[in-house]
Amino acid sequence: MLLRVDHVTRYHYDRPVRSVVQSHRLTPSVFQGQRVIDWEVTVSDGRRGAEFRDGAGDVIQGWTVAGPVNEIVVTVRGAVETQDLAGVLKRHRETVSPDCYLRATGPTRTDKALSELARSVDAADPLALAHALSDCVADAISYRPGVTHAHTTAAEALALGEGVCQDHAHALIAVARAREMPGRYVSGYLHATEDGTLHEAAHAWAEVYVAGLGWVGFDPANRCCPDERYIRLGSGFDAQDAAPIRGIARGGAQEELDVSLAVLAGQQ
Amino acid sequence: MTAFFNEMYHGADVRLPYAHLEDWLRSMPVELRSLKQAEAEALFRRIGITFAVYGEGGDPDRLIPFDMFPRVFSATEWSRLERGIKQRARALNAFLVDVYGRGEIMRAGRIPARLVYENEAYEKAVAGIVPPKGVYSHIVGIDLVRTGPDEFFVLEDNCRTPSGVSYMLENREIMMRMFPELFRENRIEPVDIYPEKLRRTLASVAPAKCEGEPTVVILTPGHFNSAYYEHSFLADLMGVELVEGQDLFVDGAYVYMRTTEGPRRVDVIYRRIDDAYIDPLCFRPDSMLGVAGLMDVYRSGGVAICSAPGAGVADDKAVYTYVPEMIRFYLGEEPILNNVPTWQCGKADDLKYVLEHLPELVVKEVHGSGGYGMLVGPKSDHAQVAAFRAKIIENPGNYIAQPTLALSAVPTFVEEGVAPRHVDLRPYCLVGERVELVPGGLTRVALKDGSLVVNSSQGGGVKDTWVLAE
Repeated sequence: MLLRVDHVTRYHYDRPVRSVVQSHRLTPSVFQGQRVIDWEVTVSDGRRGAEFRDGAGDVIQGWTVAGPVNEIVVTVRGAVETQDLAGVLKRHRETVSPDCYLRATGPTRTDKALSELARSVDAADPLALAHALSDCVADAISYRPGVTHAHTTAAEALALGEGVCQDHAHALIAVARAREMPGRYVSGYLHATEDGTLHEAAHAWAEVYVAGLGWVGFDPANRCCPDERYIRLGSGFDAQDAAPIRGIARGGAQEELDVSLAVLAGQQ
Repeated sequence: MTAFFNEMYHGADVRLPYAHLEDWLRSMPVELRSLKQAEAEALFRRIGITFAVYGEGGDPDRLIPFDMFPRVFSATEWSRLERGIKQRARALNAFLVDVYGRGEIMRAGRIPARLVYENEAYEKAVAGIVPPKGVYSHIVGIDLVRTGPDEFFVLEDNCRTPSGVSYMLENREIMMRMFPELFRENRIEPVDIYPEKLRRTLASVAPAKCEGEPTVVILTPGHFNSAYYEHSFLADLMGVELVEGQDLFVDGAYVYMRTTEGPRRVDVIYRRIDDAYIDPLCFRPDSMLGVAGLMDVYRSGGVAICSAPGAGVADDKAVYTYVPEMIRFYLGEEPILNNVPTWQCGKADDLKYVLEHLPELVVKEVHGSGGYGMLVGPKSDHAQVAAFRAKIIENPGNYIAQPTLALSAVPTFVEEGVAPRHVDLRPYCLVGERVELVPGGLTRVALKDGSLVVNSSQGGGVKDTWVLAE
């Protein structure tokens, strides 16, 4: 499937800022499921900084803006040819050991309820168990925007019983770890489906490490594994660690954020 | 504690390295001694060296007692120590390159993978990154104790930013000023070459992208930090800039320092700031001490950071147990220096032994430091042992235990005259293009009679440490 992305993030400051530094994870992952046709990231008034692939295989690109500026516009435009690999992250080059992801961070820490949820399912093999865990997260936390926020933890979302894709991903990481399976947070894009179940096009899901198979993606929010509608950008312990854009500005100004994003099926 | 090794006296005989010191001691009447002691204290106050060693906390303006009686090693003793320390520093660095690379030692089953990968100090962000010259820990502080003529044990390794080296230099400076005759009678190896060797070590790990003579800086958290004196002292002696986070900035793919002549590119940062604070974009977003974007520059090879981020996983107290394994695995050698036998309370068998033998053991927190949160069994009463037992049972994985070692003692000036007091030693091994060790280190002394705790926060002092020339 050919997906076209048009993603503009506008940071508006109430007074001029200087020395803006950003670290981007905005380049599609290099693996069998996706092939970049063209891709370009630009930052208004920006100077391109460090670029490298980190140990998890993500392409990291740094940017700096000397300023002073009142506005910064990050534009991502490109096209990716995707293919459905049933969520399996095939031929993705990385050096980080999966064991690394058995460590809990703030938002993915298990509490009693999460541990109980993790033990509520059983399966014959690790892959089936990962599917069962993803399903039980989807059952326990229903999709509802606006009830959780950027810093909501998996435990809090489970207690609420509602949340968005970020909460689903955090919860799946937590329950996977409770069953001794490494889990990680993935950020990317999702092509909105035609049947009306619209989710945010800036999407997030989780990957669970299945012995013998490798990393496999699960999207509890949509009760499926990532397929050709998904574009994978990068991963991390949690939402903050996997954020597509991290940035900091000097000047103590109030920041206002405006995002426009379209992920469309295109023709080559 | 009954029997211990006295480094000066063997029965009534004076051990050779201390031969000249007996006359010196005899020739110094009590009045002169207290005069000299007061002089030493005044000198220390004037230089302003009052920080607590090793981040022990406590009153930052308190002077750490300086004991004038030196601690002496013969050339032969030192040569063995030197080989052992360098061997260990090499193995620790090989381990760090390995755990952030292919993880061979874990694949070989010589160290449990989970101990490393789930360790708080393991930085996923630097996996796959090989720092310049393959060095993660450029200054390795190895804490040693002695229990006999040839028996040395490593208590712990410090691979991040071991402090206290300014004491090694200042103690010597003050001894030379007060007792010049001692330095004529004894052939003592100099330590004042340390700053120059440190500068060369740091310059030797400049990244490949560095053009021309490398620019080295020391990054300090600022003057509120207890070791600020040492940071400025070393910057001075090396002739490099002392900077705070706000003095550095990232522009494009490099780090620059603000100077009166405009921005200047920085190649090597000797940071005295913990990993968690060096870059708010990569680690703690609330950090005001670091430099935004520094980690991206580092990871793309634009700057060297000493010690390299992630080095802390090698000096974790649970990983410590495996250092002899590292020496065998990476160097194919037998360890020259021994580890202290260590029981890991997280292991069921070890825990059982520890709980049965608590009154004989020293128990430490895995991530603790500075002599806090530890139990010295033989020096504790029933209630203290019982309270500690409860803490261990509650969270066994948080504790390790070791036998109480009979630390060696060195004559020390005390109120009643001169008496043996227990000591330890921290040498500072430099690792860059070469592995180097200045002949000397910091000797800490437990000033309380019978005490085995040398930490300055618990009544410890410092001594000048001599290595005699052949």
